[in-house]
Amino acid sequence: MDDEFQDGNALAGPLREIFAVELTAATGRCAGCGRVDSVAALRVYAQAPGSVARCPGCDTVLLRLVRGPDRAWLDLRGLVCLEIPLSTVD
Amino acid sequence: MPARRLAWRVATLVEARDETPSARTLVLDVPGWPGHLAGQHVDVRLTAPDGYSTQRSYSIASAPDGERVELTVQRVPGGEVSPYLTEVFSVGDPVEIRGPVGGWFVWRATDPAPVLLVAGGSGIVPLMAMVRTRAATRSRVPFRLVYSIRTPQDGFYAEELRRRVRDDGGLDVTYVHTRSGPGPVGRLGVATLNTHGWPPDFAPAGFVCGPTGFVETVSDILVALGHDPRRIRTERFGASGG
Repeated sequence: MDDEFQDGNALAGPLREIFAVELTAATGRCAGCGRVDSVAALRVYAQAPGSVARCPGCDTVLLRLVRGPDRAWLDLRGLVCLEIPLSTVD
Repeated sequence: MPARRLAWRVATLVEARDETPSARTLVLDVPGWPGHLAGQHVDVRLTAPDGYSTQRSYSIASAPDGERVELTVQRVPGGEVSPYLTEVFSVGDPVEIRGPVGGWFVWRATDPAPVLLVAGGSGIVPLMAMVRTRAATRSRVPFRLVYSIRTPQDGFYAEELRRRVRDDGGLDVTYVHTRSGPGPVGRLGVATLNTHGWPPDFAPAGFVCGPTGFVETVSDILVALGHDPRRIRTERFGASGG
């Protein structure tokens, strides 16, 4: 059993710091294998200087987020597309 | 929830309760708290006098209740944050928190599907928020909780769960003991989830929370029993250093 990873739920705070909407409930398509998952369900490795989210199916790196003191770097190249639920009542 | 920038707020500890010898519930007063959904979490940030700061994510244990927010923190030996929160942090002390965050591992009282909750160890915390929110909203949605702990002394909220099973109506709780118990001892397996979960035909909403290995095992079993993987939501806590 590999307990070295968390999941995308752990990205809720860091992503909410950047985006005005909640992104862990968004679904993304993996550029490697085409699998569709919620961001919350991705495997997240936080031991690196930032957070690395991988596809649970093929391990492709989908998202990388690095936070510096006054800026953040977000690399989404492993995601073909993000589908983001938007509330209609706000 | 209206879109707003996520900001750090200063919360104050107003009460603390020991759940087990190594876990403590923190009752925080958070001015301006916007409310939360069951299953959401907060980030807690500690800053040392020299400016070094570190943060951890903790699930909210309580149902929405004005500006009061309860967290239950399991002490991780050698951790940077949890030993402070469980041993040093005192009533009246401030702490920085931001949230609520997370929008996927959440239960909404408007969802009529029966609910299966599966907790491993301190994974009970966000699931307890769901049990409490169910009661607070007078929901009649049937809940089943399967709670895996090492020994009976390791269970959080034991007295409250006993009371809720008696009084709430429609809540069942099954304990699995992995080290010692009353009754059989062993890991959570197919038979227990088959007997104490819901049949796949009922299309329950499943919430599984615990250590990574536990969550992987339980979700594999539920899928093998015929549950729709899209109806099983998971939250894993890995080796985040506590």
